[in-house]
Amino acid sequence: MSRALLEARQLRVAIGDMVVINDLDLSLEGGERLAILGRNGAGKSTLLTTLAGLRKPSGGAVLLDGEDASLLPPRQSALRRAWLGQFQNDPFGSTVLETALTGRHPHLGRWDWESTKDADFARDALKAVGLAGMETRQIHTLSGGERQRLAIATLLTQAAPLYLLDEPLSHLDLNHQMAVLELFAGTARDCGAGVVMVLHDPALAHRFSDRALLVYGDGRTAIGPVDDILTAETLSELYGYGLRQIEDRGHRCFIPE
Amino acid sequence: MPTRQRAILILASLALLTLASFGFALTVGSFKVSYADVFAALLGHEGGGGEVVLQLRLPRAIAGFACGGLLALAGALMQVLLRNPLADPYVLGISGGAGVGAMFAILIGLPVIGIDGLAFVGALGAMFIVFGLAHGDGSWTQTRLLLTGVIVAAGCGALVALMLAIAEEHKLRGMLFWLMGDLGQSAQWWPAVLALVVALTLAMPFARELNLLSRGMMQAQALGVAVDRLRYAIYLLASLATAASVTTAGSIGFVGLVVPHLVRLATGNDQRLLLPASVLAGGSLLVLADTLARTIIAPQQLPVGVLTALIGVPVFLFLLSRQPK
Repeated sequence: MSRALLEARQLRVAIGDMVVINDLDLSLEGGERLAILGRNGAGKSTLLTTLAGLRKPSGGAVLLDGEDASLLPPRQSALRRAWLGQFQNDPFGSTVLETALTGRHPHLGRWDWESTKDADFARDALKAVGLAGMETRQIHTLSGGERQRLAIATLLTQAAPLYLLDEPLSHLDLNHQMAVLELFAGTARDCGAGVVMVLHDPALAHRFSDRALLVYGDGRTAIGPVDDILTAETLSELYGYGLRQIEDRGHRCFIPE
Repeated sequence: MPTRQRAILILASLALLTLASFGFALTVGSFKVSYADVFAALLGHEGGGGEVVLQLRLPRAIAGFACGGLLALAGALMQVLLRNPLADPYVLGISGGAGVGAMFAILIGLPVIGIDGLAFVGALGAMFIVFGLAHGDGSWTQTRLLLTGVIVAAGCGALVALMLAIAEEHKLRGMLFWLMGDLGQSAQWWPAVLALVVALTLAMPFARELNLLSRGMMQAQALGVAVDRLRYAIYLLASLATAASVTTAGSIGFVGLVVPHLVRLATGNDQRLLLPASVLAGGSLLVLADTLARTIIAPQQLPVGVLTALIGVPVFLFLLSRQPK
């Protein structure tokens, strides 16, 4: 029996005294894509860091590959899941290639230096996000969108079977939004990777995910296949703003009333 | 990205610089000693300037190298810990605490060993106060740590000023020299050397993890670094390194701030190279500065801290103005 890449059992997440997620049960298999949607401050990012094992849950457990994430040594966790944060800030200078290479850290021994194979890995990842030829650029000369794509390349270099992405589309133009979503769809389809992403566009979530998790911010959550759960009715309630649904060639589109 | 070969090459050339600085320190002075005599003395032959070299200049040069190395290492570590390029070994109040201890010892007329002892106690005291206060609810963010350190340092500065104000006339010169940093007062050179060897040996295995830490705590943790443990270790290590240096030679300024920056500018921000290179460069710089300090207006000696600052301020301002906006 194959174990789930990621599993949450009776998970409770609190920010201060406020419980934002209560009794969440969730299981993600390889090749599956899950979108997390909710209002600002509903606890989407906090949930994602908890799922990544970067934050202790207030109750329940997170399992990576069947093992309790809170008991895994950090390096073991890093081999099982990659996490993309919302903010990249770089007080010190570094080149694009050096930054992408940081993803190799969990694969290297204490005294190892990155090999040419690792560098090839990083170059491939840079190419995949359209940053080929920029290896020697300093990171603070990059635009916001380029910096975001570099963060995604670093994630690919980490080569973990599970991707936890917090707003992977922030700062990206339309063309790169589609490219990144197609990249992860391809990784899920061809490499059997699991993808969890916090998204703000329900149409893209519908198009690029298998299931969606709605986070209401008061502890309630709802999960289901995108066709069932991403409807004008549920989303209007989720965002507290009326939405109208339009279908076009199998893709859904939501227009604010 | 520096490869291992390039790193070794850079370290080897810095080691040559270190040798040169020692050669300079051992031969130059009010009493000139030729290189031949220096070698003879080092190999144990009598005569020439042997006494001067072995009894006076060599211990002082070794102490200078160790202190410079410790300060540069501590500075590099603090910059990573606080993720702030402007951090230096003294920013968290270690030198302030040591200053209070040393001033008090001089004020009540303790001998050198007592001054060193109280300076070390003061440094440890400041370290624990800052850690205790900044740790508070267990979060100890960089901002909180930095603010606490700066405030404790300011408090120590006030205490030092108070003691300077009430000190007797004839003690003032000794106090000022201590505060500005002076290798002439160091009683023993081996504690600083020991501290340097231990600190570098402990820091090096974590160099790649420090690279990640400098990019952010969450990112580092996501990439497999035990961030909390590493930060405690770095804080302790950098503080103790600073305390060892300050106890030996007073609060010598700017080495800890400028040297990591110089090295970073020349070699990049890979801690695997930056840490040992900073040690060599910082040590050499302090040996050179100290040699100048005791020769420029010989026979009178200047406190070496004045020279490092005089060299350090323009270099740092230059670096700052060059930094891309």
